[in-house]
Amino acid sequence: MTVTTNGSGRDALPKLKVDILPLFLPAILAAVSFPLIGSVSTWVTLTLAALAMGMMIFVIASGLTLVFGLMDVLNFGHGAFIAVGAYLALTVLGQLQGLTQSDQLALNLLALAIAALVAMIGTGGLGYFFERIIVRPVYGQHLRQILVTMGGLIVAEQLLHVIFGGDQKAMPLPNGLRGAFVFGDIALERFRLLAVGVGLTVFVTMMLVLNRTRIGLLIRAGVENPEMVEALGYRIRRIFIGVFMAGSALAGLGGVLWALYRETLTAAIGGDVMVLVFIVIIIGGLGSVGGCFLGAVLVALTANYVAFLAPKVALASNILLMVLILLWRPQGLYPVAKR
Amino acid sequence: MAESPLLSLEGVHTHIGQYHILQGVDLSVPQGGVTVLLGRNGAGKTTALRTVMGLWKPSRGTIHFDGTKISGLDTPDIAGAGIAYVPESMAVFADLTVEENMILAARSGPIAKDRLDRIFTLFPAMRTFWRTPAGVLSGGQKQMVAISRAICEPRRLILIDEPTKGLAPAIIEAMIAAFRELKRETSILLVEQNFRFASAIGDSVHVMDDGKIVYSGMMAELKGNATLQTRLLGLSLEPTH
Repeated sequence: MTVTTNGSGRDALPKLKVDILPLFLPAILAAVSFPLIGSVSTWVTLTLAALAMGMMIFVIASGLTLVFGLMDVLNFGHGAFIAVGAYLALTVLGQLQGLTQSDQLALNLLALAIAALVAMIGTGGLGYFFERIIVRPVYGQHLRQILVTMGGLIVAEQLLHVIFGGDQKAMPLPNGLRGAFVFGDIALERFRLLAVGVGLTVFVTMMLVLNRTRIGLLIRAGVENPEMVEALGYRIRRIFIGVFMAGSALAGLGGVLWALYRETLTAAIGGDVMVLVFIVIIIGGLGSVGGCFLGAVLVALTANYVAFLAPKVALASNILLMVLILLWRPQGLYPVAKR
Repeated sequence: MAESPLLSLEGVHTHIGQYHILQGVDLSVPQGGVTVLLGRNGAGKTTALRTVMGLWKPSRGTIHFDGTKISGLDTPDIAGAGIAYVPESMAVFADLTVEENMILAARSGPIAKDRLDRIFTLFPAMRTFWRTPAGVLSGGQKQMVAISRAICEPRRLILIDEPTKGLAPAIIEAMIAAFRELKRETSILLVEQNFRFASAIGDSVHVMDDGKIVYSGMMAELKGNATLQTRLLGLSLEPTH
């Protein structure tokens, strides 16, 4: 038997809306700043620095936005994973000086890869306990989430002080990653190129996982409507713990990059970058990985251009950017459809 | 009834926050056919379905499915026991394509070809929007996706909450035909406000009011008794034509 479905045929199929408008924002920002900066080499250097910074912020923020989108959890303790990741890398790199001080780039990169891997495993494991012990009792209670995860952050920072001491540590770049490739007036710093590469790899991997795998589909579905995912027979809590651990591991990776970028390290390193991270996930649309990527690029471009053009307003520039974007798109650039 | 019911609720109470919504619901769904749950807005019909599905936990009473107690189990376990749920909101994943929605609904692996053919026979339009993000579909199209999701693997029981809400009359006709096909192979517990739709496909019926079942019987009986309809359903339902 065939059932006719009036009004549902090909003609009635709504057109697919592709929202590309926000994608032009970084180009507009770069184009507007170009005449103001005046020098091609300065503009290119600032833009590349911004892309590197943006990628690092994206790596840190991507996990947080999924954690919020999937389970409505505001994790102010995310900064702890940044710091723990950075300290783990510091410890590992300290042991691998043979590799970091070598003149061979491959050995330098191997040392960084080992340090990053240890940092990610460590912070991912810590994420498991953080979720079980700190976040689990406060599901669905935003105020308590803020208080308890903030508390977790403070405890973690103080423990880092106890273990590593309260002084500022030097986090030197391996030999092969110092300096820049110079083309005429334009200097492309090696480490920043590496950060861009790592950020893009994380972004592409995340997009592939989210779009091409069953677990990725479940995460996207869970961000939209966790209850229906459960009604289909899947345990959303297990998915969530997995996402929380992956998000924590990414924060750890971001922490390694961020500390190497600044070449110094204190336990408060997470707090400095978390303000930018929160702005990024709000601008991007909570729960949206694509929006988070775009938001990170926008925030970093704004921070770098304004710091060069008008250093006095640099601190406020990202807040201003957020206000402007939210006036245009109150839910962020790519809001996730919620039930 | 000689055969034991597929689903039975005994003295089920459900509290949502401070509100006491279900106040001792006794209800049974036989094997096969469509059991309709009628009642005015706010009577507790949706809460009854959500309680069966484990989305609200009953504060008292027991729910059995095929002889096994399911009250107190988590929602994924209840789904795993063979109950599918189509909520009033339809809850299709807007960001996912129709195909991706179906992939998630088929827990045990790729959807069997005969199942897929059957879905396309029931809802031919599903073919045309197979690769379309579900969020851009019309209400009727989303309802087709939601129901297809519930039947893409064999399920013993399907709970469906107001599938005709907001749909055009022509699509409702299509739904009636689809449900008549569906009930040949599975049991359905249907919450509905549209009495014409409910009476066209329903076999047995329960009427709820104020969190309790106030009438249980056969649909044919209720359909043929205008006085009973008026007494039980008042003016809250659409009139019969």
